[in-house]
Amino acid sequence: MAERSFKREVQDLKLGAGETFTGEGILAITKALLESGVGYVGGYQGAPISHLMDVLADAQDLLGELGVRYEANASEAAAAAMLAASVHYPIRGAVTFKGAVGVNVASDALANLASSGVTGGALVIVGEDYGEGSSIMQERSHAFAMKSQFWLLDPRPNLPSIVQAVKQGFELSEASNTPVMLMVRIRSCHVTGQFACSENQRPPLSVREALSEPRRDFARVVLPPMSYQHERDKVENRWPAAERFITERGLNEVFGPDTAPVGLVVQGGMYNGVIRALQRLGLADIEGRSAIPLYVLNVTYPLVKDEFLAFAKGKEALLVVEEGQPEFIEQGLAAMLHRAGSPVRLFGKGLFPMAGEYTGQIMRDGIAGFLKEAAPQLLPGQVIAPNAPPPEMPDLSQTVPIRPPGFCTGCPERPIFAAMKLVEQELGKHQITGDIGCHLFAALPPFEIGGSTMGYGLGPASNAAFDGGGARRAVSFIGDGGFWHNGLSSSIGNMVFNRSDSVAIVVDNFYSAATGGQDVLSSRAKNPSKATGNPISKALEGVGVKWVRQIDRTYDVGHMRDTIREALTSDYDGPKLIVASSECMLNRQRREKPLRTQAIRDGRRVEAPRFGVDADICTGDHACIRLSGCPSLSLKVLDDPLRDDPVASIDQTCVGCGNCGEVADAAVLCPSFYRADLVHNPGRWERLLAGWRSRIITWLQARRARRALDFGEAS
Amino acid sequence: MTRMDSVMTPQGADSARAITKLVVMAVGGQGGGVLTGWIEAVARAAGRAVQATSVAGVAQRTGATIYYIEIAPEGVAAPVFSLAPAAGDVDILIAAELMEAGRAIQRGFVTPDRTVLIASEHRALAVSEKMVPGNGIARAEEVMAAAGIAAQRFLSADMEQLAVDKGSVISASLFGALAGSGALPFPREAFEAAIRASGKGVEASLAAFAAGFDAVQGAVYVPQAKAPKRAPEVTGPASALIDWALLMDRVKALPKPAGDIACAGLQKVVAFQDCAYGTAYLDHLERIAAMDDPARDHVLTREAAKHIANAMAYDDVIRVAERKTRAARRGRIDAEMGRSSGQGMQVTEFLHPRADEIASMLPAGLGAKVQASEAWMARLDRWFNRGRRIRSDRVSGFLQLYLLAGLRGYRRRTLRHAQEQAHLAAWLVRVTQARQADYDLAVELLRCRRLIKGYSDTHARGLSKFDRVMAGAGMVAGRADAADWVRRLREAALQDEEGKALEGALRTVRSFAE
Repeated sequence: MAERSFKREVQDLKLGAGETFTGEGILAITKALLESGVGYVGGYQGAPISHLMDVLADAQDLLGELGVRYEANASEAAAAAMLAASVHYPIRGAVTFKGAVGVNVASDALANLASSGVTGGALVIVGEDYGEGSSIMQERSHAFAMKSQFWLLDPRPNLPSIVQAVKQGFELSEASNTPVMLMVRIRSCHVTGQFACSENQRPPLSVREALSEPRRDFARVVLPPMSYQHERDKVENRWPAAERFITERGLNEVFGPDTAPVGLVVQGGMYNGVIRALQRLGLADIEGRSAIPLYVLNVTYPLVKDEFLAFAKGKEALLVVEEGQPEFIEQGLAAMLHRAGSPVRLFGKGLFPMAGEYTGQIMRDGIAGFLKEAAPQLLPGQVIAPNAPPPEMPDLSQTVPIRPPGFCTGCPERPIFAAMKLVEQELGKHQITGDIGCHLFAALPPFEIGGSTMGYGLGPASNAAFDGGGARRAVSFIGDGGFWHNGLSSSIGNMVFNRSDSVAIVVDNFYSAATGGQDVLSSRAKNPSKATGNPISKALEGVGVKWVRQIDRTYDVGHMRDTIREALTSDYDGPKLIVASSECMLNRQRREKPLRTQAIRDGRRVEAPRFGVDADICTGDHACIRLSGCPSLSLKVLDDPLRDDPVASIDQTCVGCGNCGEVADAAVLCPSFYRADLVHNPGRWERLLAGWRSRIITWLQARRARRALDFGEAS
Repeated sequence: MTRMDSVMTPQGADSARAITKLVVMAVGGQGGGVLTGWIEAVARAAGRAVQATSVAGVAQRTGATIYYIEIAPEGVAAPVFSLAPAAGDVDILIAAELMEAGRAIQRGFVTPDRTVLIASEHRALAVSEKMVPGNGIARAEEVMAAAGIAAQRFLSADMEQLAVDKGSVISASLFGALAGSGALPFPREAFEAAIRASGKGVEASLAAFAAGFDAVQGAVYVPQAKAPKRAPEVTGPASALIDWALLMDRVKALPKPAGDIACAGLQKVVAFQDCAYGTAYLDHLERIAAMDDPARDHVLTREAAKHIANAMAYDDVIRVAERKTRAARRGRIDAEMGRSSGQGMQVTEFLHPRADEIASMLPAGLGAKVQASEAWMARLDRWFNRGRRIRSDRVSGFLQLYLLAGLRGYRRRTLRHAQEQAHLAAWLVRVTQARQADYDLAVELLRCRRLIKGYSDTHARGLSKFDRVMAGAGMVAGRADAADWVRRLREAALQDEEGKALEGALRTVRSFAE
């Protein structure tokens, strides 16, 4: 079950014509799919569209009622492959995943799909993970549309535009027999707003009904000679059909005056940022009416030549607002102008940075710079010649610490890396690779373990060059998400096949945790619509791994350390796999907390563990923190003139996972940690016993206090 | 293409100025999303066009997160909102942690012409601050000072504590502070209605909301004055009390500026052992005081009072057991864990003795022999080296610690004591020698004692750093900047665990000293 529940919000997906939907972008997309008569949906989670998968999962009942099939795909490639249903059947299908990495994974299937062409509308909803908050390499998904010839929508980032883009996307796909990719940026996914609803549509032909009448058309199979035919078909038929549809249906939009010396060509997703810059320059009003013409590309691929040249006509200069690199759109438009022999000057990169997000300041500076160059008469005076320099701000760059994401309080992965660090202290540094997932946070302080991330499920595979063995065995990490995504075959299977003499550690936290706690094959939770509970260790045995150690409590740091040491020093020269399993603490708390609260309320006995530090025993060396980094294990400055350094301190957010005590023990750190189990509703006998114990202990303490000087708690 | 009917003539002024732009900067897990939802609900209920965005993703896992809200002025039905805040264009900034307020200032989101900055004064320390062996905590006062300059209005309080006190979370107290600031044109009831409508933990949220509201309403936040430190209440056998009084008389005779710290030091040493040990402490201290220079404000004596006390009250097994069995401890744990009278409490201690600790507890002569013998050390490890979890709330567990603590009388005969005494003596000789030529160097050498801390391996590493810094001090002795170099070496030693920074600093010293 996912971290965030949309059970309440999915009720809004039932709204009918005349009603207004209020909510987040991803929900609006889901609603638009239902209003479009989609026949099947699927995808693979990952920011920023994880919640779209969660919404679909939570909306399964509604989807079922409408005859829509929902599939949680194994990977982005699997999701794209599912669109094969729209190749031969007139059924609309939509899948979602993140860009650019998800598109990378899906590219094989996407290329085949694009070559085959589609009968039913096929929509790929890509959450473009670019700019602030991104967790991946900074690339554009745009190039995939160009190379495989599918169409790319980049609607203006407001709910009505996004909803319209979904509907137009299906129609465009059907009109041109081509899959369509709908791109939504990080903030668009989570932007809130309203739109007027239509009725949900049942698919005219459901996937279930389609099975009673299977179809096949050899012309759509990617095999010679058809594959040659496909390429020609793309260029001769599908592309012109798409251009026709885009022009006739007016998918792109023009704002502002008809005649002006200059104009802006804007990716749909950049529209709001551009308008804000114009508003700040006094060139657009609060509702977006602009003094400068804007050509808004809600379709960023293909570019429609006639439309663009018509917009350019009569203008002296144009500015292309295109985020990211390379600047495909700008290049395309420049070629169009050049071939048409147009004298219009084209600006873009240079005024805007090649790399990085177009933030508010960059947008304002870029557009102001363009106008200064091409139409200074439009700019307000203080922009051209500012009369006051901006105020001097105090420099905090040396003060404010960076705050990258890290393991949550009580995370079961923390002790795995504490153990790894201890082993490295013993045996020396090792060649270590990471994978994609929460465990990648181990690359950051305080652990600083793992030096590469080559792709989802590719952690062990990225150590292949080192698998022949050497002075110290190579180690790789892979999460349960990555394991099922791609890792079992690409990483583990091939370790077996190539007789790799290295160690791989599978971090099994029972969920696809980094993306929001979705279930995977090996999840232990019962899921009403999915088959969970398939152990990773069995899969390992199935592909022929002989050396497997299953650890069922990662918090046992000593055991964890001994097992890693064993794997690194064992005589066995084949692949050595450790499956380190403990439940993601975020999900566990979410599951257990309500139950615990209820139990306490019901008067049942409940032990609530938490850790503490004896400040007078802690010496302030912070060795424990260097093996933890837990948010609840922090520092406290003592009011003691004899102490220079702050001591360790555990706050009330501690969940009592046990890592502190285990690490103190395994690393022989210090005796200042203690675990305090608060017992709610203790039984009568227990209370009696505690009373006796307390009396004896108090007597002993008083006895000693009589014999030596005592300074109260102050000393 | 669709021709949109939207033309205007240039106005020369920012037309979006009337849109209220609000940024929430938080640490992942603080409930920034909940706060954003509430603010949006308040604006929507007032009939305003409003938009919220966030950057979710892995930053949610304890990283720095940002949420952004735009609220249109009354009467504007379909404004074009921006999805991201721009530097210099923010009206209200809510920082759910003090360094996040600093980050907001750094990013230009707080400007003196318009930004109301509402910040929580509490700190959630970043890993980089916590992991240094010394004190790596960022300087909060710099951010507070910068906030005063950067913001048009700066409102702050410990919003975390306000919320926790009411059994709620910081999003509620910050929401209250926003309402109390008057920066949004909506009445208090409208804010409270948004909390009620969310339906979860309403009562606690409302209480925290009220606390946040009041904290910024009072305009100036008055931090609670610290209770003046009372002289410790000393109890014990009559004869020891007399000895204590005599020791205190000697403390009073020390130079005034060193008085308080010597008193604290004496107390620590006597609590560690007994009054006779306190006498030894004062003997050391008086010898140093005699060498001191009143013109230097008795820095030497003050530093000696602090570091000699720490050196003499070393962390051995007996001390740990004594601290863990003190009567006051249980009350402290109960308070920290929020135990009420009807609840039980189980306390588990994590101890891991090794051969070293056992050998160091033997009588000095025997202990030294054992420590020199590999076979014996291996044997001791086999017998004792094991993690032990002791339930100190049970009589059996308590007794183990209690009996260990009872070895106090025997402590002076242990190997550990002999080693500590020798170390102390050698160190004080170095200090005394340095004092003759270089007052500042002597002070710095005293301060180097700070390097020795921790237990087992950490303690060994600290000792080795201490030795290396002392060796470095030997190399620079006689130079005019010797004290400064020793300070630099010590600070380098506190930067990282392995002593890489120290090694670098020592290389520099060697480059000119040899």
